[in-house]
Amino acid sequence: MIGIIDYGSGNVQAIATIYKNLNIDYEVISDKSDLKKADKLILPGVGAFDATMQQLIDSGLRDELNDLVIRKKVPVLGICVGLQVMGFGSDEGDLPGLGWIPGIVKKFNINKIESKPKLPHMGWNTIKDIQNHSLFKGIDNEFGFYFVHSFYFECESEDNILSTSNYGIDFTSAIYSDHIIGTQFHPEKSHSNGVQLFKNFAQLQLC
Amino acid sequence: MLRSRIIPCLLVHNKGLVKTIKFKDPKYVGDPINAVKIFNEKEVDELMVLDIDATRENRAPNLEMIKNLAYECRMPLCYGGGITTVEQARKIINLGAEKVALSYSALNNISLCQEIGSIIGNQSVVVVIDVKRKKLFGGYDIYTHNGTKKSKWKLDELVAKLEEICIGEIVINSIDNDGTMQGYDTNLIESIREKCSMPITVLGGAGCLDDIKKLISKFKIIGAAAGSLFVFKGKYRAVLISYPNREERKLIY
Repeated sequence: MIGIIDYGSGNVQAIATIYKNLNIDYEVISDKSDLKKADKLILPGVGAFDATMQQLIDSGLRDELNDLVIRKKVPVLGICVGLQVMGFGSDEGDLPGLGWIPGIVKKFNINKIESKPKLPHMGWNTIKDIQNHSLFKGIDNEFGFYFVHSFYFECESEDNILSTSNYGIDFTSAIYSDHIIGTQFHPEKSHSNGVQLFKNFAQLQLC
Repeated sequence: MLRSRIIPCLLVHNKGLVKTIKFKDPKYVGDPINAVKIFNEKEVDELMVLDIDATRENRAPNLEMIKNLAYECRMPLCYGGGITTVEQARKIINLGAEKVALSYSALNNISLCQEIGSIIGNQSVVVVIDVKRKKLFGGYDIYTHNGTKKSKWKLDELVAKLEEICIGEIVINSIDNDGTMQGYDTNLIESIREKCSMPITVLGGAGCLDDIKKLISKFKIIGAAAGSLFVFKGKYRAVLISYPNREERKLIY
């Protein structure tokens, strides 16, 4: 069963609708004690970094998630801010992140980018699937995914980069470390590509 | 590369969808949920839904309607209409919208944008500016309440202020061009584009895909929004929801 974590952030229902239409077993989970029922977890996110971390802490989900993801190796897919909280911290806030994947979240430094792109990076962009990972099986990289963000994840190690995209500079648009995956883009709002990605995540053999 | 966004803009009035001309004469064009289902199938870049009654009736956003729309919506959704508090914005994002659009409440109290941004993220805060050409000496006036109340803000000062506080996007809507299908007001866009480091979406006047193509070729990465173009067909304005397919869009971007 795919557990979609409902902690007051992100497009929980949009993801639930996709799994329902795919006939894949899922559950929307808001109580931390139900998390352990899930074989895989999805951590959605829309919002500011600190507000999101604070919700994870206050709901008690952070500790439970650390136990499940780090100790029991339950696969997890973080989306947007759900990806950003996987690092050590963010330029956007003061709270420490979950620290699952080494890296920090930075703001696009427009002054250093020659084409002076507008912020936020908003709309449909292509991706480069660096690792030929099965998460991107059957996906049209040129059609790409929907993004809306001003901050991006900077990995300490290139080994954790799953895909890159370009917005004046190349930046990391998806990260991974074994069973931990995060996408900066919103697959739940990316039409057929998004549906395919959720299907792939459900089918991944990660452990 | 990031692509420009082609965005249908749907207006909600009396629980149905309508299309106006110069903000007047709302014509019923169908049911919101049905329209969302059709736009899902057409793989729309983004969808904007504005409740044009809420502010005028001094009413809060209809969360039940937004919930129904957001659950159905497989594309990014921007909702506007009647949002006056951080809590309303937070609820709307939690229901599954990507962005909330403010107009009167933001112009009335700019710091509301920052307060909302600190909770849902600045990238999800959109300000819609409805403008009308001045009659005599050029330039534009800003209006709220569906074009019935003139705002004290000057356009360039408002844009500078929004730039300073950092929001996600400006939607600039031409009341003069609304529903006319005669093309976008490019002078209007030129007057703010250079001053603005935020994404801009332009609304008001698109009558054919070529209008969008011209807009994108002139302004590069931009949001091109339209109402009539995606809900009417032919010169008799028969209601038919349409949107360019992937191949047609490749020729526009």
